[in-house]
Amino acid sequence: MTQIFDPARFPAIKTRHVEAMRLGDLQRKIIFIIALMGLMLFIFGLMEAEFSLRRIYGGLGKLGDFAVLMFPPEPGPLFATYLHALGETLSIALLGTLIAAVLAFPIAVLASRNVLPLWITRFALRRSFDTIRGVDTLIWALIWISVVGLGPFAGVLAVATADLGAFGKLFSETIEAADHKPVEGIRSTGGTAAQEFRFGILPQILPVIAGQILYYFEANTRSATIIGIVGAGGIGLHLSEQIRTLEWQRVAFLVLMVLVVVAVIDFVSSRLRAAISGAKPV
Amino acid sequence: MTAAIQTLPDRQLAPLLQSYREAVFARRLRFVISAVVVLGCVALASWWVGFDLGLLSAKIGTFTNYFGRIFTLDDGKPVLSDPLEWYWGFGKWVKLLGETLLVAYTGTILGALVGFLACFAAASNLAGAKTRWVARRLLEFCRTVPEIVFALIFVLAFGLGPMAGVLALAIHTLGALGKLYTEIVENIDMKPVEGIISTGGSRAETIFYGVLPQVWSGFATYTLLRFEINFRGASIMGFVGAGGIGQELLTAVRKFYYPDVSAILMMIVVSVFVLDILTGIALKRLNKVG
Repeated sequence: MTQIFDPARFPAIKTRHVEAMRLGDLQRKIIFIIALMGLMLFIFGLMEAEFSLRRIYGGLGKLGDFAVLMFPPEPGPLFATYLHALGETLSIALLGTLIAAVLAFPIAVLASRNVLPLWITRFALRRSFDTIRGVDTLIWALIWISVVGLGPFAGVLAVATADLGAFGKLFSETIEAADHKPVEGIRSTGGTAAQEFRFGILPQILPVIAGQILYYFEANTRSATIIGIVGAGGIGLHLSEQIRTLEWQRVAFLVLMVLVVVAVIDFVSSRLRAAISGAKPV
Repeated sequence: MTAAIQTLPDRQLAPLLQSYREAVFARRLRFVISAVVVLGCVALASWWVGFDLGLLSAKIGTFTNYFGRIFTLDDGKPVLSDPLEWYWGFGKWVKLLGETLLVAYTGTILGALVGFLACFAAASNLAGAKTRWVARRLLEFCRTVPEIVFALIFVLAFGLGPMAGVLALAIHTLGALGKLYTEIVENIDMKPVEGIISTGGSRAETIFYGVLPQVWSGFATYTLLRFEINFRGASIMGFVGAGGIGQELLTAVRKFYYPDVSAILMMIVVSVFVLDILTGIALKRLNKVG
C-alpha cells in the first residue's frame, strides 16, 4: 500500500519534526525574496549589457567562423619571436614572484602579532596589503609602464607589486599560526629574541612559505601571459596583436603554447610543493 | 648555589654528535643546492629580459615620484585640499563603477548557472566516465584561458561593450566554479540519493531532493567568493573595450591625467574593501542558515 501525503497532516508533522523544519516560514520568505531580487538584478544586468537573441546568434556565428579559421594552428614566420616571448613570460613570473617574496618577508614579520605585539603597525601594514591587493596586476602593469616605459621590466615590477600585497598577508598569517612552544623552549634556555625567531619560528614557517611562493609562481605564469596586452612584455603582446589582426591560426597556436607551458609549470610546481611539504616535516 | 648540569661521557657523546652533524649537513646541502638552482634560474631570467638590480634601484625613485604626481592636482596642490576638483567626474565614474559591479554580478550568475548544470556531468558519483571526461576537459579549458583573452575575442564577435565582458567573466567563472562545485558534489552523502532513486525518482528529482539540500550552502559560499574575484576582473575588462571602469582608467593613465588616475584607483580600492566586508557578513549569515 502506498501512503499518500495528506496536506491536512502537515502541521502535526511540523511539530513532530522540529529539527527538519528548522527554517521557519519567515526565513523561507526572506530567502525567496532575496533570490527573486537576485534574479531581477541578473535580468537587469543582461538588459544593461544589451544582450539580445540577435546579437547572441550573430556573435555565435562569428565565433564559429573564428573557430573554423583556427585550424590548423600554425605559428607563421614568427615562431622564434614567440618562443622568446614565452621565455619572457616565464622570466617575468619568476622574477616578479621572488622579488615580491624577498620584499614581503621582513614586512610580514613586522605585521605578525606574535613577533611584534603592536596593533598600530599591524593594522597599518595589513590595510596597506589589502590596498595593494585590491588593484589588479594588469592595472599595476599599466601604472609601471607609465613610470618605467614599455617592456618586460614593467611586467616584472607589476607582478612583484601585486604579489607583495598577497604575500604580506599570507606570510604574516603563516607566522601567526606558528606553534608557540618551540619559542618558549628557546626563551627558557635564555635565547635572545633573534634566536627565538631563527630557531623557534623560522623552521616551522619556511616549508609553508616555500609552498606559497611556488603556488604564486604558478598563478603568475598565467597572469604574466596577459600583461603583454597593455605592453608590459611577454607573450600577451603577440596574442592580442594576432587577435586584433584576425590571424586565427596564429592565435590558436599561441593559446596552445600558453596552455602547454601552464600545464608543465603546474605539474612541476605541484610535484615540488608535495616534495617540500613531505620531505621537510615540521 | 651551583647548578649541576649532567653531561654524557665523551665516549657516548661522540657518536651522537656525529649523527647530529650528518643530519644537519644533509639538510644544509639540500638547502644550498636548492638555493643555487633558484639563483641560476634567476640569473637566466634576468638575462632573458634584460633585468638588473641597478636599473631597479634607479627606477624606484620614479615610482614614488609618480605616486606623488597622481595625488597632486594640476595647479600643484595636494588632491585632498580640493576634493571637488579631484573628483570632478564623480557622477560619470560612479556610473561606470556601477556598470563594473553589474558586469561582475551578471557574469558571476551566468557562469554559476552553467557551472551548476555542468558539475553534475563532471562529478564521479553522478555521471558516466565518458560524460565526465568531456565535461572536465571543457571546464579545464574555460578556466585556463585567461578571461581577458576571451574578452578580446568576444569584443570582435559580439561587438564592443559590457556584453563581451559579461560573457568573458561567465566563461572563466564556469570553469572555476564548475570545478569547485564538482568537488562539493563528489563529497556528499550518497544515502539520500539512493533513497530517492529506490522510490523511482527521476534524475531531476534525485538531484533536487537528494543532492541540492546537501550542497547549496557550499555552492553559495564559493559563488560569493567568486563574485569578489570577478569584480577585480571586471575592473580591467575596459582595457580591451569590454565595459566597466577600466576604459576610463586606461585613458587617464595613457593621457597622463594624473589626479584622475588616483581618483579612479581609490574608487576601485574602496569598492573592493566594501565588497570584502559585505561578502564577509553574507558568508556569516549563510553559515548560520545552512
